[in-house]
Amino acid sequence: MASYLILIYEQETELTGDEFVELMNQHNAFPAAIERHGGKLVGGKALQPTPTATSIRGDVVTDGPFVETKEALGGYYLIEADDLDQALRIAKECPAPRGGVEVRPIWEFDE
Amino acid sequence: MSDGSAAAAVADAHRREWTFVLAATVRVARDIDLAEECVQDAYASALRTWARDGVPANPAAWLVTTARNRALDVLRREQTLRGKLPLLVDPEPSYQSSDVDGDGGEAFGVPDDRLRLIFTCCHPALAREAQVALTLRLVCGVSTSDIAAAFLVTEPTMAARVTRAKKKIAAARIPYRVPQPAELPDRLDAVLTVIHLLYTTGHTAPSGGALVRLDLVARAVELARVLRLLMPDEREVRGLLALLLLGDARRATRTDEAGKLLLLEDQDRSRWDANAIGEAHELVVGALRGGSAGRFGLQAAIAAVHAQAPSYADTDWVEVLGLYDELLRVWPSPVVALNRAVAVAMVRGPQAGLDELTVLSADGRLAGYRYLPAARADLLRRLGRAVEAADAYQEALVLTENDAERAFLSARLAAL
Repeated sequence: MASYLILIYEQETELTGDEFVELMNQHNAFPAAIERHGGKLVGGKALQPTPTATSIRGDVVTDGPFVETKEALGGYYLIEADDLDQALRIAKECPAPRGGVEVRPIWEFDE
Repeated sequence: MSDGSAAAAVADAHRREWTFVLAATVRVARDIDLAEECVQDAYASALRTWARDGVPANPAAWLVTTARNRALDVLRREQTLRGKLPLLVDPEPSYQSSDVDGDGGEAFGVPDDRLRLIFTCCHPALAREAQVALTLRLVCGVSTSDIAAAFLVTEPTMAARVTRAKKKIAAARIPYRVPQPAELPDRLDAVLTVIHLLYTTGHTAPSGGALVRLDLVARAVELARVLRLLMPDEREVRGLLALLLLGDARRATRTDEAGKLLLLEDQDRSRWDANAIGEAHELVVGALRGGSAGRFGLQAAIAAVHAQAPSYADTDWVEVLGLYDELLRVWPSPVVALNRAVAVAMVRGPQAGLDELTVLSADGRLAGYRYLPAARADLLRRLGRAVEAADAYQEALVLTENDAERAFLSARLAAL
């Protein structure tokens, strides 16, 4: 098995109550989808929106995210999968209705 | 045995068996980079050994065995690393053969390894230009410097592109596997697109003196033939092979003795390759049978109508237009719409074709595409609107780098 990080990039528009409930339902269903495809969920978290971010470059501390983008990093899942094809099948089911996801292999170092 | 005939046998085996030898070696090496190195070593040692002992009865078997043994040696030497190498090969091969003991025996005649290699090189996680470069380097065994020359980039640029792509295959674990049935249509389309791109790059070199780069065309046709052999039931594979054969059948007549470009309507149809057209016709029939056809099958069908017409004017343009309507439905590309406009002009007159082009120009996706002003220029010329035609020819010339195409446009402009 190899590890992959699924990064969720979405527009940070305000959600209605119903939209929020629907999105949470989708996320609650995602672990089952991972299992159905033969992968393993290692971890995952949602991030507070980018206005809460603080960036540091050199010694300079600034308000806001490291890079300003239309769609911002809003959360992640860390999964294990046999190969990229399996990871992509899983990532296709990751909820991201207002954006999309990026799949990155984890760099495994020799101990 | 003389050195010369051994060298010829090695060159021949390189041309015919490279894909097979590399694909069979990846299975043991579990890493494309290592496999490629071992295969190159095997060809180098063939040069020495065959000159001394004669060419073996089965050169491919000899090369696979040599390359695999070398890979196993490396793996044994780096025993600690071995557990960490990504498992490239599907642990449950979909066809058969789990011949990993290196004797090379039972794997022969099993086609799936070559398919695995092709699908890995054309994986959608790789950029299109990387897919093309990897396919030429790994599947066809073309040297990096030749690939660089074909795509008009420097050798270090192309080498970096190939290296980056191979690193991604290893780091992201792009599997060495034929895709699952549910994913096959999309994945196959990527493979066919890469082969078609090789062909069109060879067929109309985007710039420079010669209109055709023969080697790329030959490689593309060879690849399509291999794919047809390995996936005999795939209709779009038949469609692609037919399309390439039909384009290639007209090769000798696309330019005159002076290298000047000749349009379809001015080509000597008696010099078209009748054998290739006959073979393509059978393939087209198979590509269109059973349900709605795909984009390669439909393009081949259009080319087949042209190939069978006694002259440009006597082409069944109504049939061509019907096929373009269907093609535009399955593949809504502005380039298809442009070609359809030319068929509209043949069926309903140049003004009707021009109206279609006006709509297309407004949509903006073809901005900078040289064949749009060239097509508009031709229709304006046929309508007798010389001043507007001249502007359109000028516009096309600005966008055209190929010498043969430039000469054609200049001649048309001068004749207005």
